[in-house]
Amino acid sequence: MKEFVLLVYTSSHAIGIEKKLKNLGVPCKLSSIPRNLSSDCGICVRFDETGLKTVEDLVKTLPFDIQEIVALES
Amino acid sequence: MTVIYMDNAATSWPKPAEVSAAMIKTMEEAGGNAGRGGHRFAVAAGEILYQVRETVAAFFGSDDPFRVTFTANATESINLILKGYLKQGDHVLVSPLEHNAVMRPLQFLSQQNIQWSVLPAGKDGRINPDLIEPTIRQNTRLFVICHESNVNGVIQPLHEISEIAHSYQIPVLADCSQSAGSIPIAIDSEGIDFLAFTGHKSLLGPVGTGGIVWGNHVDVNQIFPLKQGGTGSASDRYVQPDFLPDKFESGTLNTVGLAGLKAGIDWINRNQQNQVYLKKGELFREFLNEIRSIRRVHVFCAEKIENQGFVFSLTIDGIDNGFAAQWLDEEKGILSRVGLHCAPLAHRFLHSFPAGTIRFAASPFTTSQDFEACIEAVKILAENTTTLH
Repeated sequence: MKEFVLLVYTSSHAIGIEKKLKNLGVPCKLSSIPRNLSSDCGICVRFDETGLKTVEDLVKTLPFDIQEIVALES
Repeated sequence: MTVIYMDNAATSWPKPAEVSAAMIKTMEEAGGNAGRGGHRFAVAAGEILYQVRETVAAFFGSDDPFRVTFTANATESINLILKGYLKQGDHVLVSPLEHNAVMRPLQFLSQQNIQWSVLPAGKDGRINPDLIEPTIRQNTRLFVICHESNVNGVIQPLHEISEIAHSYQIPVLADCSQSAGSIPIAIDSEGIDFLAFTGHKSLLGPVGTGGIVWGNHVDVNQIFPLKQGGTGSASDRYVQPDFLPDKFESGTLNTVGLAGLKAGIDWINRNQQNQVYLKKGELFREFLNEIRSIRRVHVFCAEKIENQGFVFSLTIDGIDNGFAAQWLDEEKGILSRVGLHCAPLAHRFLHSFPAGTIRFAASPFTTSQDFEACIEAVKILAENTTTLH
């Protein structure tokens, strides 16, 4: 199954988003940021394609910007 | 001798047992640095901070946890706002009961031609909203209001003040050091733009915790951060991030202390409905009335009881404040606070400068027996001013 990471500008945002997604029933987890995607020293939210639509919808409602959603190469 | 702690306006004591338990648990189980790295301890620390943000935001009626900025105390919060928001040539209106947490930064900013003046108020320092408008100048850019005085416990009419300030597009900074945790505060309905709080007083948390809750309409892009540094975010750049919460939170946060703050607020939330907690208000009013009835005692409090918080102070004819406070401590185990309470502006306004007053401040843990002991002790002092010297 295809996997994605949601990159944000700060770990605080990742934690907030992960909590919201879990409340929405989306399987996801916090993980270290793949170094080829960002030089930040924090975390991102990792999820699979079943949650993609919910994540995209949630992102539109957030009071802050995210960096991007990136599909992980399998 | 049993200790009767009446210095809760300086810092509350005791704390609920849950506060130290949460702090120890955080040290033992979430010992990483929030936002720095992705290992489980760092994530656990970050999750704790997020929970504290949620708790603080909800406690003050805000729906956005990221509009909570953590600082070490209310003084840092106030410095951040005054120095980050005001510009050369601005004018600030303050209440007559401001603490030096406000007055010293303002005095410092006077070097940049930032001026301040005092809002019109009644004898107890409570601002008269009807008299505000003529005091607003063309360059007035901020109101600073000490929500509850740390000297006489006067609660200011924040909502009425904010309505007038906002009609001139002027924001309001509320110093909620004393009131947060003691009086319900909803940031939007009170019309607060910048809510500065400390964690270690009525919020029952540990020292070294505090923060700002930003009103929903505040454009934080207009505020310069007080400090710059590492945030764990945008680490490839030398430029300070411009997004919340990182913009104002450089450096490692006090995760352990903030976990304790959350436990303190949780305790308040659980006990607000509790009859014992609510009883504190009734007991305190009775206490105040009893003290006011003692001959030779001058009480500094609100003119109307509905405007009174859980703090007041007093002087006793013919006896030095310092001697009286020491006698209370040594002979009766009553810990009060003597002096100017870092609020010379308030004491000048209340005509208690420079000698100051003796302050009594209750907490949810103050019992009726504690109040009775204080009344009896003040009576002894007032009746024996010549023999006790």
